[in-house]
Amino acid sequence: MTEEKTHHPEPSYLVNTGKYKGLMSWLTSTDHKRIGIMYMYAMMVFFIVGVLLGEIMRLELFRPGQQFYGPQTYNGLFTIHGIIMIFTVVIPGLAAVFGNFSMPIMIGAKDVAFPRLNLFSFYLYILGAGIALTSQFLGNGPPDTGWTFYAPYSIQTHTNVVAAVFGAFVLGFSSILTGLNFIVTMHRMRAPGMTFFKMPLFPWSLYATAWIQVLATPIVGITLLMVVAERWFRIGFFDPSLGGDPVLYQHLFWIYSHPAVYIMILPAMGVITEIIPTFAQRKVFGYKAIAVSSLAIALVGYFVWAHHMYTSGMSPTARWIFSLLTFLVAVPSAIKVFNWVTTMYRGSIDLKPPFLFALGFIFLFMIGGMTGLTLGALATNVHVHDTAYVVAHFHYIVFGGVGFAFFAAIHYWYPKMFGRMYNFKRANWAFGFLFIGFNLLYFPQFIIGIQGMPRRYFDYLPQFTLGMQLSFFGGILLLIGIILMLTNLFSKKGAKAPDNPWGGRTYEWTIPSPPPLENFEVMPVMGPDETPYDYK
Amino acid sequence: MGASNFVEGVDLAFKIIIGISLFFLVGITTVMLWFVFRYSRKRHPVAEQMKDNNLLEITWITIPLILVLLMFYFGYVAFSPQRVVPKGALPITVIAKMWVWNFEYEGGKQSPVLVVPLKKAILLNLHSEDVIHSLYIPAFRIKEDVVPGKNNYMWFIPEQLGEYDILCTVYCGLRHSYMETKAKVVTEAEYQAWLSALPGKSNDPEGLVILRKNACTGCHSIDGTKIVSTSFRGLYGKTEKVMTNGSERSVTVDDVYIKSSVYEPDKDVVVGFQKGIMQTYKGKVSDDDLAKIIDYLKSIK
Repeated sequence: MTEEKTHHPEPSYLVNTGKYKGLMSWLTSTDHKRIGIMYMYAMMVFFIVGVLLGEIMRLELFRPGQQFYGPQTYNGLFTIHGIIMIFTVVIPGLAAVFGNFSMPIMIGAKDVAFPRLNLFSFYLYILGAGIALTSQFLGNGPPDTGWTFYAPYSIQTHTNVVAAVFGAFVLGFSSILTGLNFIVTMHRMRAPGMTFFKMPLFPWSLYATAWIQVLATPIVGITLLMVVAERWFRIGFFDPSLGGDPVLYQHLFWIYSHPAVYIMILPAMGVITEIIPTFAQRKVFGYKAIAVSSLAIALVGYFVWAHHMYTSGMSPTARWIFSLLTFLVAVPSAIKVFNWVTTMYRGSIDLKPPFLFALGFIFLFMIGGMTGLTLGALATNVHVHDTAYVVAHFHYIVFGGVGFAFFAAIHYWYPKMFGRMYNFKRANWAFGFLFIGFNLLYFPQFIIGIQGMPRRYFDYLPQFTLGMQLSFFGGILLLIGIILMLTNLFSKKGAKAPDNPWGGRTYEWTIPSPPPLENFEVMPVMGPDETPYDYK
Repeated sequence: MGASNFVEGVDLAFKIIIGISLFFLVGITTVMLWFVFRYSRKRHPVAEQMKDNNLLEITWITIPLILVLLMFYFGYVAFSPQRVVPKGALPITVIAKMWVWNFEYEGGKQSPVLVVPLKKAILLNLHSEDVIHSLYIPAFRIKEDVVPGKNNYMWFIPEQLGEYDILCTVYCGLRHSYMETKAKVVTEAEYQAWLSALPGKSNDPEGLVILRKNACTGCHSIDGTKIVSTSFRGLYGKTEKVMTNGSERSVTVDDVYIKSSVYEPDKDVVVGFQKGIMQTYKGKVSDDDLAKIIDYLKSIK
């Protein structure tokens, strides 16, 4: 958070102009750019903690049998790893960081519609994350339910489930308010002349995401409160020994948590859709198809939740209906991949780090998506459900997908955010370690999953040892990649960044780097013949 | 031929879905890398702008749509027979409780290993005594959750003699990863011999039967080894250091201490063990049962 004097007449948003200095000037700022940056730093801390927890799990799994700590510790570890990574990193993820930083500029606005509400969302985020983390230190020990909090185990266990659940509940409100803010911003604050179908595609993806945040999150909120009520007051919602139905919990949980996967991945797709045209200097192919497919994914994504429950004892009819709907949601994702690749055709491709990360994203996301097909089909799902195969699939989507898109986005907007460049060569090396490490870590999990290795196992049968050890070494390479990337970005000051280092066409590249406090000196207007991707 | 009647269909579905996926993965990746190479700024300094092509877009909506419907179909046809149990299937009740499987045969005979006769339809009625478990036999390609309060079922025909792993796949607490046993497929004659040799009503002391029924023995061994908590062997009459309200004190394991440990396990926790692992058995173990347990513990002093 350095303070810079720039040659531009308006001071940059990094320069303090309010009554506070230093950290307080950030914590009291309602500027969307500063809030985005604050989310980024907070998330980076949570991400590193989550990664280290994952590595500690991999260490224990290096050999069958107990190595360094017992099963209770392991069960607590995968629970808090999941809670941190899901609720504080990938769900707010790209929307909270780059949605806040870039989206208002991309649509030609000075800020979001409700700047103070935006800051409040950030505080709720910190509060929720803080509450979730107290679960580790207070009460009867860290929760051991997994991030899914499945009943009746979550009702019966004596560990500190309520703190974790309540933290997730508060984080949900942060997500809802951000979604609401973004919907209103995109409806009311687009530049004159920028119709919905002239809006850039990253905002489009955030628009679809925001509706899921607003409509789906309340369901998990009330469900988590029901768990608290059941634990405290013995009201029988989910525990059959109190007269409840444990499968009801799964329905309610997944009605939110499946759409939540689209909350994570849609903004990631949106970022990739910005990066590819910029570095190929090509108008994005199939603009409308990409915009509409975001909405289609958001809409159909609501009706596929029970594909997490094929083995729960649902009726055979429910099983095949959810399977069919699941396959339909695959199509809009496929459309996006075809559009991305076609946008490269006859372009003039500049293979800079953001584009490299975008290519990595496409490859990993395809593997994640395609292994999702085996999970969507009934017969194959029954075999691999709740095995390491699901762990691999899920990480290919949220880390290979969302994570790599996040890295691509940082490398893309970093010059705009801080007015500085970074070392390309080191960024490429970091990509190499991340990409190879990632695949070595998660690909073996597909294999041992198909061979029958269940998930959430502290100990395992000897035939899975090789796969587990490959994963361990992959984890080490991945960690090296993360360290390389972060030190490259944040340890040294790079050369001064030009306003438009990549030749982008969206509005953020027309203003100074870093942007002035109110973004635009002259508010942009979109002419009748202009589109967001007018490459010549 | 697979180990069960479902293997062939499930594996065919895998091959079709993974085959189509691999074709597209390799194809799209190759095209993408070729574009990056062929249209790099060095080789192709000026980008050519292209118009959208509706025909192309409709093609790549339609083809994936057809393919995914095909995948759905193969997944469906291989799965749907798994829900239709043939008449005359041999019923076995699966009793799952924290971290042990038990299989109950006709006449209430119980076995910790699932023994089934070759080429006979087997119906497993799934029953849980505590939380959700899931019965998974990878070699048979079958899995179904064992949900408390719900009468779930699964069935299969074993097609090959042998021993196969049975695993629990829904996370169920501390020793989830140790909740495993074997499915043994034997000939009809061997099966009959095994079944008649299986003891019916247990000859074990009543107290031990109660301990097993409540899965106490999942954590407390009866042979002196440490599983999760202290062993029952030699426990009665022993002096233990315990934590009560945060302060350490010594107690002698007697009737009163055993009763409070069963009903309020977190009240006096033996030093070196964690609070919150054991649930209360209030309402699950009656005073009568408790007396039998205490008798048994006295017998293994």
